[in-house]
Amino acid sequence: MSRLSPLDIKLFRDIWHMRGQAIAVGIIVACGVAIMVMALGTLSTLRASRDAYYERYRFADVFASVRRAPEGAASRLRAIDGVQTVETRIVRLVILRIAGVEEPANAQIVSLPDEGESTLNRLVLFAGRYPEARSPNEIIISNAFAEANELEPGDAIEAVMNGRLRTLNIVGIGDSPEFIYALGPGTLLPDDRLYGIFWMRRRALEAAFDLDGAFNSVSLTVAPGTDTASVIDQADDVLAPYGGTGAFDRSDQLSNAFVESEMEQLKTMARIIPAVFLVVSAILIHSILNRLIQTERQQIGLVKAFGYSRWEIAWHYLKFAIAITGGGVLAGYAFGFVLENMITHLYAETFRIPNLTWRVDGFSLAVSAVAAMGASIAGAMSAALGAAKLSPAEAMSPAPPVNYQQGWLRYLLQMRWLDEPTRLILRHIFRFPARTAANLFGVAAAVMLLVGTLFTFDSMDDMMDKMFFRTNSHDAAVTFFEARNDTAVSELARLPGVLTAEGVRDVPARLESAWRSERVGITGLPSHGDLRRLLSADGQYVEIPAEGLTLSSQLASMLHVTTGDVVTAHVLDGTRPVVDLPVTAVIDETIGSPAFMDLATLNAMMDQPPSVSGAYLKLDPLHQTDFEDSVIQRPGIAGVSLRAAAIASFEQTLQETIYIMMGVYAVIGGAIAAGVVYNAARISLTERGRELASLRVLGFTNNEVGYILLGELALITLAGIPIGCLGGIALAHLIATAMATELYRIPVIVDPSTLGLAAAIVLVSSTVAALFVVRRVRSLDLIAVLKTRE
Amino acid sequence: MDHAPDLPDTGGRPDALMWGKGLERTFRTGEVEVRALRGVDVSLRRGELVVLLGPSGSGKSTLLNILGGLDRPTAGSLNFDGRDLTAANDAELTRYRRRSVGFVFQFYNLVAGLTARENVSLVTEIADNPMKPEEALELVGLGERIQHFPAQLSGGEQQRVAVARAIAKRPQILFCDEPTGALDSKTGVRVLEALERVNIELSTTILIITHNVGIGDIADRVLRMQDGRIIEETAPNRRLKPQEISW
Repeated sequence: MSRLSPLDIKLFRDIWHMRGQAIAVGIIVACGVAIMVMALGTLSTLRASRDAYYERYRFADVFASVRRAPEGAASRLRAIDGVQTVETRIVRLVILRIAGVEEPANAQIVSLPDEGESTLNRLVLFAGRYPEARSPNEIIISNAFAEANELEPGDAIEAVMNGRLRTLNIVGIGDSPEFIYALGPGTLLPDDRLYGIFWMRRRALEAAFDLDGAFNSVSLTVAPGTDTASVIDQADDVLAPYGGTGAFDRSDQLSNAFVESEMEQLKTMARIIPAVFLVVSAILIHSILNRLIQTERQQIGLVKAFGYSRWEIAWHYLKFAIAITGGGVLAGYAFGFVLENMITHLYAETFRIPNLTWRVDGFSLAVSAVAAMGASIAGAMSAALGAAKLSPAEAMSPAPPVNYQQGWLRYLLQMRWLDEPTRLILRHIFRFPARTAANLFGVAAAVMLLVGTLFTFDSMDDMMDKMFFRTNSHDAAVTFFEARNDTAVSELARLPGVLTAEGVRDVPARLESAWRSERVGITGLPSHGDLRRLLSADGQYVEIPAEGLTLSSQLASMLHVTTGDVVTAHVLDGTRPVVDLPVTAVIDETIGSPAFMDLATLNAMMDQPPSVSGAYLKLDPLHQTDFEDSVIQRPGIAGVSLRAAAIASFEQTLQETIYIMMGVYAVIGGAIAAGVVYNAARISLTERGRELASLRVLGFTNNEVGYILLGELALITLAGIPIGCLGGIALAHLIATAMATELYRIPVIVDPSTLGLAAAIVLVSSTVAALFVVRRVRSLDLIAVLKTRE
Repeated sequence: MDHAPDLPDTGGRPDALMWGKGLERTFRTGEVEVRALRGVDVSLRRGELVVLLGPSGSGKSTLLNILGGLDRPTAGSLNFDGRDLTAANDAELTRYRRRSVGFVFQFYNLVAGLTARENVSLVTEIADNPMKPEEALELVGLGERIQHFPAQLSGGEQQRVAVARAIAKRPQILFCDEPTGALDSKTGVRVLEALERVNIELSTTILIITHNVGIGDIADRVLRMQDGRIIEETAPNRRLKPQEISW
């Protein structure tokens, strides 16, 4: 190994000498890198695990539901060009009774072939065995449900199947790629305690649901290169006579769509948030290097006089930036691994993918290192080139004195009512506008990042408020197996404990506008209903118009339509009418991209007697258990969900993660503020140390000198906070827009308390950083200033 | 001590403003020990102008640092106007410098961001009974240039601003460390004139340290230091005017 050159030795000594500032910048780089490593690494882990799971357990490409189709229809599906494998099955929602659980729970029960394993959407068996073909009561239950309810093979569970209470024996615990994210009816987040997936032999389900020789669900795979849309069209044609509700591909498969949506959000996170850190780190490196070069002017001149080239000088200072950033990158890897591990654990709770464990992702490491180095070199370049350009003679003479006599500074000169230290602070702020702007930006960036991340908690509150209180004031939602005459609603209203009941009807349809097409559910709501209401974008209640379609704003933007436009609705149920409908209102919904119609108008369009597919109920809290006992014994009821249980589950999930996430955000936002303030204070101290020491000699106290040193930063911090708040609100809009998916949209709600929290975090971390520097004021060398020339 | 406790301790000299007895200062860096002061006895009388001469390394700066409250002696005792400074803590020394002491540095040490007038008022703001900044600048002959920033002033003018800054709070004692060291003879004389005027008109005690022997001619007393000791004390028959000397 060759010996280090003297310049490299100097480099290491410079870094050691400026280690406080190097660490401050390193931490900011580390935060940016860590978030990028975490987001990209988790994305890669999630994608790789999911893809492997899908492939190994043969996740289907196309899915369809029908009311009841004879097994013979399957061969016509197989005949479609490009279709490889077809598997028919029976899928039904059932109501559960679990010992020790008061609320009604639901399960989706999925058939297994009578012999052996499924061909598509195959099971991973974690424990136990497959049900015996001849045993009608044996089931496999999903892993998450088993864990949440502490169930294991050998235990039994009661389910209401087609109105009959049955005892089912658990023989195995498994999962399938179809239910990575298992969302029960009427819920926003998975609730593993109240919703599970069961697998049962087909023969037993045929008997239970009167579906002998028939199926109500089918999934299929297509050959690579096949046009899936065309397969879907042909499958729809085959299945329409049997009550097909429209085939769909993986992008509309709920579980897959949630995983995709999460991956999109990780991508957004990796793009936006680290950028803020890297821009701040670039600015800090620029200011540190500028200052270093100012102090080393004479040395640069000397070294150049010795014959070092411009390039060697520039490279020397670039290496300074690269070394600091390199340290930050390595620390960022370590911090990123910790975050990634944590997030992967969280995901493993939510997304049921086997072997979802953290692994090192080379790509994310490389990308983040390149981004961090790029930002750092960009920040260092102009300072390094400036050093390279100095002519030796010019460099070896002292830097020209700073002239404060600048045109518009004359105004400040007149501010007689200020004391001298304060005037000094103000002059300094205005004399170096670029530096002031950089520091202001740094502080504002910290506030911005905090507001831009912490706002999600306000948004969650708002979503909860809208979902659970403003739009849904029912206590229970009941789903029927299929559309029923609306007398079913009055029957429900007569059940014990029910105060009022309102029917609702969901009809699957494909909405088309020009070449755009979306498969949605149109929900029919009763006019003047109270239990499910709609809100406009400005939060006002909207009555459902008697005519036409009411679209959520997401769906309206997906179809590129607005109020007054006409869309074509291909209804995928009943007589499958095709109707042109005017868009009569656009409303605000946070979850999904729904469409609504007046219930009577919807029924008229379907050319059917008044029908409902479910109902919203208001319950008497004193008789809620009576209701729960009686409702599950009613025939034709597929699921019951209680709003209170949904709220509790939502809150519990939030509380489990909220403090961790808030803590992480606070630490990284605070790190930026602390880094910026520490760095600015150190630079100021280096530049003005002599001046400040002179003042100490003249009798100024440490605090008075500290005021001059830090007053400027205090002013900049205070000015940066409101700017950062505005920037944060803008960032929140950017993040919300980038993260919006068909499944949900984050409303941009920034509560004043969030602005206050962001400001407080920045103030506290800035103060701590400043105190570190104030300590150095005490050790100013008072004697040296008497003897040394500037 | 047999004098009355409410009378100032003058170290045996009835008119002494400040005195030090047996002052020693030892610096240690690792194994090396440097004795910068080896038992110095010194006293400064009220209204007196004293010049302290000595070659580099003789200990004159160390003595000035101790007298000026920037450093503490390793041994010996120090008294200012009856107050014992030997064991004063940082806050007490800061108060001493703030209330009683003026400093003039070799390299002026003005604050670049403040005008001449503001540099002076920086000090008058924290003083108990200061003169007006304009008055102080007038005294050093800079009444016309009070709105100029340091970058717009010559070296001699900057040093006179520094003198104005030092005297504006009416200190009892003024310490000047090579006040003409960075100036040519002609400019240096103007600075000395300013100091002389302060000494005569305000009766401020002044200690000038320098290795410029010629400056000794304007003093009431000249002290010579060598190897950490005062080796000679002389009093010229007649104090010369600054205009009468040159170097």
